[in-house]
Amino acid sequence: MNAFIDFYAAPPGLTAHAAPLLVIGPLIAACAAALSPSTRSAWMISVGGTIFAFWMALCLAGEVARNGVVNYYMGGFAPPLGIAFRIDALGVMFALLISGIGVMAALFSGHTLEAEIMKGKRRLYQSGFLLCVAGLLGLSATGDAFNAFVFLEVSSIGTYALIGVGVDRRALPAAFNYLVMGTIGATFFVIGVGFLYAATGTLNMADMSGRLATLGDSRVVEAGFAFIVIGLGLKAAMFPLHGWLPAAYAYAPSLMGVFLSATATKAALYLMARFLFTVFGPHLDFVGLFLTWVMAPVAGAAAIICSAQAIFQTDIRRILAFSSVAQVGYIMLGVSMASAEGVSAGLFHLFNQALIKSALFMALGGLAFNIKATKLSDFSGVGRTAPWTMTAFAIGTFSLAGVPLTAGFLSKWRLIEAAFAAHWLWAVGVIAVSSLLGLIYAGRMLETIFFRAPVSEERAGEARFGVLVPLWILAAASVWYGLDASLPVDLSTAAAQALGLAPAGAAP
Amino acid sequence: MSTGETLILATLLLPLFTAGVIRAIGRAEDVRDTITLLAGIALAILCAAMLVRTGEGDAPSLVLAHPLPGLDIAFKLEPLGALFALMSSTLWAVNSLYSFGYMRAKRETNQTRFYMCFALAMAGVMGVAMAGNLFTMFIFYEVLTFATYPLVAHKGDAAARRAGRIYLGILAGASVLLLLPAIIIIYVLAGSTDFVAGGLLVDKAGPATAGLLLALIVFGAAKAALFPVHAWLPNAMVAPAPVSAMLHAVAVVKAGVFVLLKVSGYIFGADLMHANPVTQWLLWLAAATIVIASLVAMTKDEIKARLAWSTIGQLAYITSAALIGGAALTAGGLGMVTHAVGKITLFFGAGVIFAATGVSRVSEMRGLGRRMPLTFGAFLVGSLSVIGLPPFGGMWSKFLLITNAFDAGQPWTAWAMIASSILSTMYLMPIAVYGLLPPTGTQPAAFTLPGGAPRLSLTPIAITATLCLVLFFLAGPIVAFLGPLAGGAR
Repeated sequence: MNAFIDFYAAPPGLTAHAAPLLVIGPLIAACAAALSPSTRSAWMISVGGTIFAFWMALCLAGEVARNGVVNYYMGGFAPPLGIAFRIDALGVMFALLISGIGVMAALFSGHTLEAEIMKGKRRLYQSGFLLCVAGLLGLSATGDAFNAFVFLEVSSIGTYALIGVGVDRRALPAAFNYLVMGTIGATFFVIGVGFLYAATGTLNMADMSGRLATLGDSRVVEAGFAFIVIGLGLKAAMFPLHGWLPAAYAYAPSLMGVFLSATATKAALYLMARFLFTVFGPHLDFVGLFLTWVMAPVAGAAAIICSAQAIFQTDIRRILAFSSVAQVGYIMLGVSMASAEGVSAGLFHLFNQALIKSALFMALGGLAFNIKATKLSDFSGVGRTAPWTMTAFAIGTFSLAGVPLTAGFLSKWRLIEAAFAAHWLWAVGVIAVSSLLGLIYAGRMLETIFFRAPVSEERAGEARFGVLVPLWILAAASVWYGLDASLPVDLSTAAAQALGLAPAGAAP
Repeated sequence: MSTGETLILATLLLPLFTAGVIRAIGRAEDVRDTITLLAGIALAILCAAMLVRTGEGDAPSLVLAHPLPGLDIAFKLEPLGALFALMSSTLWAVNSLYSFGYMRAKRETNQTRFYMCFALAMAGVMGVAMAGNLFTMFIFYEVLTFATYPLVAHKGDAAARRAGRIYLGILAGASVLLLLPAIIIIYVLAGSTDFVAGGLLVDKAGPATAGLLLALIVFGAAKAALFPVHAWLPNAMVAPAPVSAMLHAVAVVKAGVFVLLKVSGYIFGADLMHANPVTQWLLWLAAATIVIASLVAMTKDEIKARLAWSTIGQLAYITSAALIGGAALTAGGLGMVTHAVGKITLFFGAGVIFAATGVSRVSEMRGLGRRMPLTFGAFLVGSLSVIGLPPFGGMWSKFLLITNAFDAGQPWTAWAMIASSILSTMYLMPIAVYGLLPPTGTQPAAFTLPGGAPRLSLTPIAITATLCLVLFFLAGPIVAFLGPLAGGAR
């Protein structure tokens, strides 16, 4: 977090309240957007709200870099009675990521909603989007296990609605499927938290962690752990609990593809890491066993099986969706190493993936004006008619496949490095094989887009300027972080340290 | 910024800039082609300047970026890299001239993309040649792979796309699956991936680990086309002749063996190459590749396929040199240059014959040389050089490679090289000789292109044929220049 050590984004008076403002900002904006007089003003509120959240996240980044942890008690009531916000380097990383992607998605939404959402619903749509942002940001900021559930549901309920509203009728069953699965996940999570509450008598995650350490072997805690991990695994689309994801991403309005692919599963992963390392801790037997014998093999299987599935999809968004599940596998593989290198490599990959996936969905969404196409074959030759959009798409695809000079390459490098350092040679092999599969589906998309003749007379024009700007910011970030990854490396290393994992050789 | 740094930056940026300009002014064909040619000449001059500085012991170096802590995109010239850069840039200029004649005569489409990708590929080659560590080398190795894919699939029909997929699949696949993990393991073991005179891994990896890494690298650098990762090369022959000439005789394949030579000299070092248990097996495999590829070449009637299989065999010579290590590296470096110049001449010749008459089968070429004396004369010179007969450059590299193999106690490798030289006489000489003999029975094919061979393409053939001769006299200085490579390895 050295990059933020001398970073003062706001006056101290405002910075002191940055933690709740991070959540309240988008929440107020959500109400304002619902009441706003026109689609255009709702869009402006949406952009303003997310920019405000990003600003607050930057303030927090400076504070966390200087003080390590920011504790904020709502109304001055200390826990266990009051509601606590507790933000460390891990939380800041996600707050920056979610709000940053939120700004890009909000910028992007101005143009695409016209094409994809019915006229009367656009303001409410912006409102729902902001609610979802507020929920995810709350998740990254809260220090309370039950509030984590509340924020998770705030964002999820927003998401269920937003996925189903589009013009594509296939989105309705997808949203319903997601609703059922997501609710099961949330229920499991809350049951698990209930078990932990029964065992420890507290909902504050820091307290919980302290009491669990003294509790010794407890069936209640183990049951709670199982419920939490499965519940969050559902939300995070951890293989084989990912069934809801491909359809939800593929048929949702493109704004949701852009935002969800970068943030929703990632936020659940955040919470999972939080519980695994902060609340429970890998020193507990059952956590260590779970990491090594359940999570790691499952993650490896996801990376290979879902990459292979992605190759055989005909719908371009489904390719990206299956790829997303595979990438969750990579991240989990890094996390399951339970070493500073592994977790930080996994988080680094998560950061890069967020940039990549939102750029890819944005490029596809940008074309939705011109071609109502979803099949990969419909995109034949689009590279010639929409060169700017598709060049950005190509950069994203290269980064996804891990081509050198992109951020995606460095994250694979770090993952393999961590796997070798942990003496997990099989993981090195898994990453290499699944990178190869990634190369195949990436190559398949690019070959169709750039090297095939257009199939129809319908000419796919360039995406609008308002789409190209955020798209190219994200694409440029993928290249920039491929050349100088000091910022994400810094963030992910600090985040791993915040989880109590010291780098090898450093004093604990 | 020092002169050396400026030189490196200019060498990297010039091809990229050229690619941009080509893209921008693609419609104006003559301007576009002139710029390509001028860029080639300018690049050759830059590389010559760097070569001179390297020879004077003032090797240019540059650190471009720090993607991860402890991992730099860094460049540092050394004799082999400087030679590779100069060779590639010079032949790029010559090949550009050839392309103008060929591509216009064949009325190929998408010429702007063609020249643009060529320039991008050259950026990749320059990066590989100048890389100061394995990480940088891998990056540009991949740039080269991806930039050349559109060239292989240039025609865009089903066969070309299939060849493109095989090309990308094997090259990129092997590099991701084998080469990249090897590089990362080296990074974890040694704490860096820098090229160190005498070997980076000395005292840092045991023989067994070194053997595993060596196998990963030799098969991962599939551009070197050792069995069984050679299949992409014959397939890539669907590409237009200038691509086969420049990339599949010079830039791409030589980048593969260049990686092996560098890794042998600067990562493993002679002792580790000698001590690990895998080297011997790989040497046998290389010897088998040399002989089998030559035998397969004899069965091919399609001239480009025959040349491709010949290339596979010849590349295995240089791979053998890299595996033997030590003094053999100089021989390998010399072989890299002489084979490049000889083979590009042969591909130029094959392309001109095809452009002028549409003939691509050896069996239909009898007597054709009477009508195209310059082309077949140059083809003869190229053949003699590749076979290794005086007074052409190829002779010295063969001589050194074989004596080094004997000296290193690898008689099988040496005998494989000798056998392959005899075989190559049998598959290369008939092309030129029968071409120059009077036709028997049926008359050779008539010119389909008015005026015969494209004029712009004849000059390059003359240039490269002359270079074959010049290299005969330059062999001494080149070996002396590469001296540090062998000396540093001890």
